[in-house]
Amino acid sequence: MSEQLQTDFDKIVKTFKISEKEIQVKKDYLNKFIKSGFPNRKQEDWKFLDISQIIKKNIHNLSFFNDYSQPNKIDSSIFVDGLEHNKIIFINGRIEKIDFNYEDQNKIEIRDETKNDISFNYENSLIDLNSAFIHKIFKISVQKNYSLNKPLIIYHSTNDKINSTNINLRLDFELGENSCLRLIDFFTENTTKNFINIFYNFNLKKDSILKNYKIDKFKNDNLKYSFNNIEQGNNSISETFILSAGSDYFKNEINCNLNGEYSSAFINGVFSLKENQQHEIRTTINHLVENTKSYQLIKSVLGKLSKSAYQGRIFVDSKAQKTDGYQLSKAILLDETSEFNAKPELEIYADDVKCSHGSASGSLNEDSIFYLMSRGLNYQQSKELLISGFLLDVVEKITDSEIKNLIKNIIGLKE
Amino acid sequence: MKKEFKMDSREKDIENLKDYKYGFTTDIENIKSPKGLNEDVIKFISNIKKEPKWMLDFRLKAYERLKLLKEPNWQKPKYPKIDYQDLYYYSAPKSMKDKPKSLDELDPKLLETYKKLGIPLQEQARLNGIAVDAVFDSVSVATTFKGELTKHGIIFCSMSEAIQKHPELVKKYLGTVIPVTDHFFATLNSAVFTDGSFVYIPEGVKCPMELSTYFRINASETGQFERTLIIADKGSYVSYLEGCTAPMRDENQLHAANVELIALDDAEIKYSTVQNWYPGDENGKGGIYNFVTKRGLCKGKNSKISWTQVETGSAITWKYPSCILKGDNSIGEFYSIAITNNHQKADTGTKMIHLGKNTKSKIISKGISAGFSDMTYRGLVDINSKAKNSSNYTQCDSLLMGNKCGAHTVPYIKNKNFYSNIAHEATTSKISEEQLHYCQQRGLNPEEAVGLIVNGFCKEVLQQLPMEFAVEAQKLVGISLEGSVG
Repeated sequence: MSEQLQTDFDKIVKTFKISEKEIQVKKDYLNKFIKSGFPNRKQEDWKFLDISQIIKKNIHNLSFFNDYSQPNKIDSSIFVDGLEHNKIIFINGRIEKIDFNYEDQNKIEIRDETKNDISFNYENSLIDLNSAFIHKIFKISVQKNYSLNKPLIIYHSTNDKINSTNINLRLDFELGENSCLRLIDFFTENTTKNFINIFYNFNLKKDSILKNYKIDKFKNDNLKYSFNNIEQGNNSISETFILSAGSDYFKNEINCNLNGEYSSAFINGVFSLKENQQHEIRTTINHLVENTKSYQLIKSVLGKLSKSAYQGRIFVDSKAQKTDGYQLSKAILLDETSEFNAKPELEIYADDVKCSHGSASGSLNEDSIFYLMSRGLNYQQSKELLISGFLLDVVEKITDSEIKNLIKNIIGLKE
Repeated sequence: MKKEFKMDSREKDIENLKDYKYGFTTDIENIKSPKGLNEDVIKFISNIKKEPKWMLDFRLKAYERLKLLKEPNWQKPKYPKIDYQDLYYYSAPKSMKDKPKSLDELDPKLLETYKKLGIPLQEQARLNGIAVDAVFDSVSVATTFKGELTKHGIIFCSMSEAIQKHPELVKKYLGTVIPVTDHFFATLNSAVFTDGSFVYIPEGVKCPMELSTYFRINASETGQFERTLIIADKGSYVSYLEGCTAPMRDENQLHAANVELIALDDAEIKYSTVQNWYPGDENGKGGIYNFVTKRGLCKGKNSKISWTQVETGSAITWKYPSCILKGDNSIGEFYSIAITNNHQKADTGTKMIHLGKNTKSKIISKGISAGFSDMTYRGLVDINSKAKNSSNYTQCDSLLMGNKCGAHTVPYIKNKNFYSNIAHEATTSKISEEQLHYCQQRGLNPEEAVGLIVNGFCKEVLQQLPMEFAVEAQKLVGISLEGSVG
């Protein structure tokens, strides 16, 4: 694989118009990646789902070359109806369009950069891979005291022109003081197999609010990895909702640093998996100062031969007194062949804290099904009702009513 | 003048009391194997114990395997590298060479040591009705209460004796739960283990008394590698107690024991440990590394294994008493209190591996950390796809005292069976000011108040211990936390 990486890298760098120094930076990332390779189950964070095996099995010959010179046609049929929104359209590894029509253009700044710096420590070879092959990094800054009128939807799509390719995306967001951004990641339907590696970096200043909804509902054959790094200032709030259902493989990783007092982070996730799907959510919440709060709720419904994993970690620094941390994961196994793995982890160095976690898994309660059937529903209906009730609990946690309704429509949940 | 002197001696007494009570050494001549780990040392051990050839082969097989293995390093508490060539792998009191036939023939110095430990063998034998097998450094010293046990057909003797007298049982079961090819420390133990206890409870027998072992590391620069094998045949019951102490020394000592439990159809084994190895001084110097492998196999239907542990000692505790629930309807239980103070570190928990149908397991773990210590609960619950209708309940609570210490929870939960349920919950908190205030208002001093609250916190586990142990454990909990409040 390292030969392929090297030749693809040389090919791709020729098409970039970047300085010698920047090429060297990219080369360093590449060498780091070649040294460690794709993560495998020997690494603690990848224990449950081994991405190097999954890629080997699904994508025979992964190519790292991507021709960025050709623009792609935008298929407007993928757009979400019934909700006015700003758009970023990302097709085959290229950002085709950035459209903030509903906003005051002076309040939002968009820059594309070739320089890539990573401001935090990480041990993740996929970030090295991303940094080595990324074409352009877009930096989007929201000015002080500005709340976006409409949500921003990022459409992630690939078409049949591209196959067995590694696609990278990196976006950096900066939210100024007292600003607000609602961001939806929307993954569209398709049938090609690619490995998509997404890396977002959020910097939340004092009093700002970030709401990020990741919607992976429609059947697609892509393998995806998404990494969110969130840095939070005083009194800032981040809310992340993950609907993990469409891709063959999807791992969402969230690293959240609560650097400012009274900051809080909320993560809610739903896995709804069918045949052969393997999904994972891994979170790390670092409580670094006093009076911070985090809340996580993850629910899974697992069909035949599917597998989900949740690894949640709450870290409380010795300075972070009065921390409130909560973690709950629940799973319903629908078939003998489904599998649920969890590793809810607490690492606590301060004594005046309130931290707890819970995890439960099992099959649907036969008594509840009996109750519903005795009231006239058939077996299938009763099952569906129980499952939607189980999942609705998480969707109800969404604080934005407009988006909550959108998501309810997409999943087809009724109240 | 006189008065002053009196004060002095009293202070000294108090000083002594505060320190590790079991920190004395006994001056006994030892026979040691040559230093280091190699084939010759293993042959030396095997030879001095007059072992049959199959036993030597077992050891050499483990040693071959050991050469390929690397020391694991995923655990939370890190420790300086151990030089395995710088250890003595066999150390026996000289007077043991011609093994005494009865208690009366024992070296009086040895007996005195046990008296200091609080287990006068003869008295214990007569009064308590507890049969004691004491392991001093590496060799089993005396087994009390033989007559009564033999009457029931129960075999309770040292491992070396069992190898000589009951080779068919040892051969059949040794290494079946912890194979020689297991992880590094277990394999090391298989290669160099010196002694330990062997228990066999015949079919249908309920052991009339609690069986008990006392482990003590005396000689310096020795590792203690004992091996315990308990077999409960069909329909039998046994309760087994284990206690451990070691003298105070500046260097760290290694304790890497293997304990194997096997429960056949309808049998029940209850294994209780009060571990009070020397934890090192206040600055974290010295102390025992307790890297023990304990594993129970519920081999038969309706069998039950229950682990209860009170961990207060050791510089580093790194162990996971586990249950493999192979038989249908078998039950595994784990109750644990782990207390760390000063610079102690613990990474402990359990593994429940459900293989049979309708298997159940329950985990109650209470961790208390104070001072500069670090305490980790790490556990695995794995329900196999064949383990229909299995269930697990896990509860792990941590209590923190001060903000220099850490408490961590790392559970691994794997559910591969849709008929099975797993529930897990964990909390971390500190002793609330209200509770302390309430107790102090009623006349308790802060230390007593903490003791009371902590004992309440641990109650669920303490209840599981046999009477005599529960009292001792409760005292230990108090002593371990001394000086951690205020």
